[in-house]
Amino acid sequence: MKSLDELKKIREQAKERMAVRGQEGQEYRVVVGMATCGIAAGARPVLNTFVQEVAKEHLPVTVMQTGCIGMCALEPIVEVFDKDNQKTTYVLIDEKKAKDIVLRHLMHGEVIDEYTVGHYSK
Amino acid sequence: MPYKRTQVLVCAGTGCTIGNSGALIEEFEKEIKSMGLDKEIEVLRTGCLGLCGAGPNISIYPDNIIYKGVKKEDVKEIVQEHLYKGRPVERLMLNESDQETNEIHDISHTRFYQKQQRVALHNCGIIDPENIEEYIGQDGYFALGKVLSQMTPQDVIDIIKESGLRGRGGGGFPTGMKWQFAYNEPGDEKYVICNADEGDPGAFMDRSILEGNPHSVIEAMVIAGYAIGAHYGYIYIRAEYPIAVERLKTAIAQAKELGLLGTNIFDSGFDFDLEIRLGAGAFVCGEETALIQSIEGERGMPVSKPPFPAHKGVWGKPTIINNVETYANIAQIILNGADWFRSIGTESSPGTKVFALGGKITNTGLVEVPMGTTLREVIYEIGGGCPNHKQFKAVQTGGPSGGCLTEEQLDTPIGFDELVKLGSMMGSGGMIVLDEDNCMVDVARFYMDFIVDESCGKCTPCRVGTKRMLELLEQICDGQGTMETLDELETLAKTIQDTALCGLGQSAPNPVLSTIHQFRDEYLAHIIDKRCPAGVCKKLLRYEINKDECRKCGLCARQCPVGAISGKIGKEAFEIDPEKCIRCGLCMKACHFKVIERK
Ligand SMILES: Cc1cc2nc3c(=O)[nH]c(=O)nc-3n(C[C@H](O)[C@H](O)[C@H](O)COP(=O)(O)O)c2cc1C
Ligand code: SF4
Ligand code: SF4
Ligand code: SF4
Ligand code: FES
Ligand code: FES
Repeated sequence: MKSLDELKKIREQAKERMAVRGQEGQEYRVVVGMATCGIAAGARPVLNTFVQEVAKEHLPVTVMQTGCIGMCALEPIVEVFDKDNQKTTYVLIDEKKAKDIVLRHLMHGEVIDEYTVGHYSK
Repeated sequence: MPYKRTQVLVCAGTGCTIGNSGALIEEFEKEIKSMGLDKEIEVLRTGCLGLCGAGPNISIYPDNIIYKGVKKEDVKEIVQEHLYKGRPVERLMLNESDQETNEIHDISHTRFYQKQQRVALHNCGIIDPENIEEYIGQDGYFALGKVLSQMTPQDVIDIIKESGLRGRGGGGFPTGMKWQFAYNEPGDEKYVICNADEGDPGAFMDRSILEGNPHSVIEAMVIAGYAIGAHYGYIYIRAEYPIAVERLKTAIAQAKELGLLGTNIFDSGFDFDLEIRLGAGAFVCGEETALIQSIEGERGMPVSKPPFPAHKGVWGKPTIINNVETYANIAQIILNGADWFRSIGTESSPGTKVFALGGKITNTGLVEVPMGTTLREVIYEIGGGCPNHKQFKAVQTGGPSGGCLTEEQLDTPIGFDELVKLGSMMGSGGMIVLDEDNCMVDVARFYMDFIVDESCGKCTPCRVGTKRMLELLEQICDGQGTMETLDELETLAKTIQDTALCGLGQSAPNPVLSTIHQFRDEYLAHIIDKRCPAGVCKKLLRYEINKDECRKCGLCARQCPVGAISGKIGKEAFEIDPEKCIRCGLCMKACHFKVIERK
């Protein structure tokens, strides 16, 4: 080991790999519904898109799955919780929309109205 | 997919390994593969989660859910339900969930973890101890980097002094002061030793740190070497800790490969290397002068102090020797500062302490609490109290050098000085809970028996004196004791304390004196009434048939292996001859009418 910079490089790589274990100081929690209908509707690639993007960008975000959210027709469903546990529910999400959510909501704090359940039910 | 969405961490500490957590790893890998999830989910091994008694345990991220007591048969369900469908398997969960909303509480809010704070155990159960990159990912070796690039040796010693860190190996000696003594010695051949002997029966704190976070100790030893001007270190560990030894070997090899051990570390010109020395597991070899003898290849026997190791240690050179847990605090103090460390714990005992909870306690395992936490909080809130609704009697701390504390003393805040004041001591962190079924004379006898086995025999007070104390205790347990026996025991105890050569002998009488002081009644019951209130001392047990209630069936007599029961079937009530009876208890089990009593 010749320098702190060299050590930092190893730390960055390890942090990416260990990102799912980060718990403290997270800005957002992304929860993807993964019950039978969610999986059938394509929730798995959505979940994995979030995991890859969040790790790549080193975002302080926890990505997890959950069971039935209760709106099977609107799957894949993604819930984004902020620090104060305020929830935004996105519906009918695919990989592209997932990337949008990472970019706009998770990185810039913008709620994407047209993907939310509120917008859909209007 | 480069990044996994979920990681399953299987505890590979000694406790869970004995429970066959190794088989769980294979089973998880198999099931995950069969569900086609192997690109998304990763299975890793990690260190002790603290709930060893309930093991094997696993932890799932990012959900932060711990499953306890997982069997091979449960793996399929966890994979299909939780990992595939996102529905945690509640029956195996340690996490508690909200009664109303059903929301699963975070693991840090469970009764077991809520009052804990992990400093020395940080990383244990969170990282893979066999992967140095995971340690670095959690800021590992950054303290060393900071020390070598920005601090002078005296700066390092000053921050450790300011932190108020005291040795976790038992004595509580201020670590910074010890380092200062060694630093002040001239010469550049000095040594750094890590004491991982951990001979206290029931203790496994140090083992768990080495198994779960070995790099924390290595990093601290290099820092210590820089601080005092040493270039070589020894980790003295008992051969009975094979998993810890293996992890250490792996860790040392990885550190060498990255150049975190070796020459010119961080391009600072500082060299440091270390090696593992295996001990045969004698309790006395944990004593620092005996340990040094053992490293030098001599028999592990203590020598008198002074000279202290800081002045003349291994190979006659200035040496510091610290405990595993002491080292595990060092990097954190360097990174977070002395004030941070002082903000945890109490004025005279800053920081945290790891305890191995054992005996009559619901949650057997490893806990780490801030100093100043009360014994009651540890035993009842974290430990869950005595199982089977038994009455708590005492808690033993400090092992064979310590003593017992009673119910009335449970509100004592934990600290080095506080426990000494009550006639016990912190020790290395064994905490054995005793309930109404434990006999305190028998407990004292147990520790004395241990001491007699472990005494190295070099000095007379310990070699002969402890043997005599054991005999006196046995007399009391056997109902042969008199008030003179008790006086003799106390006089002998004080003499040994004053005259034994090393700490082993000097502290050996403590468990006896403490139990006599706290539980004099129990000693008197054995001596005067010839009765063991807890029903432990066999020779004092009496089996008696209630003559008036006996149905004269003779079943008991048929069971008795020594023919101690006589009577006439259908005619005469049966009777036990106490002279012949060997107190096996078979008759009591045999009697359908429950008219045989044990007194
Ligand atoms: C009989 C006896 C056994 C000991 N066993 C240990 C032990 O297993 N581990 C340990 O760290 N210290 C043990 N000690 C204390 C060591 O002598 C020494 O004080 C300690 O390792 C210093 O480290 P510390 O200041 O970091 O606590 C023992 C002392 C005595 C008298
Ligand atoms: S006190 Fe006991 S262990 Fe210590 S030197 Fe004497 S005989 Fe050996
Ligand atoms: S306790 Fe055992 S030895 Fe004693 S009387 Fe009963 S059966 Fe016989
Ligand atoms: S078994 Fe019970 S009832 Fe029968 S003879 Fe023995 S003590 Fe009496
Ligand atoms: S199963 Fe998907 S919302 Fe119910
Ligand atoms: S060894 Fe697995 S929890 Fe302690």
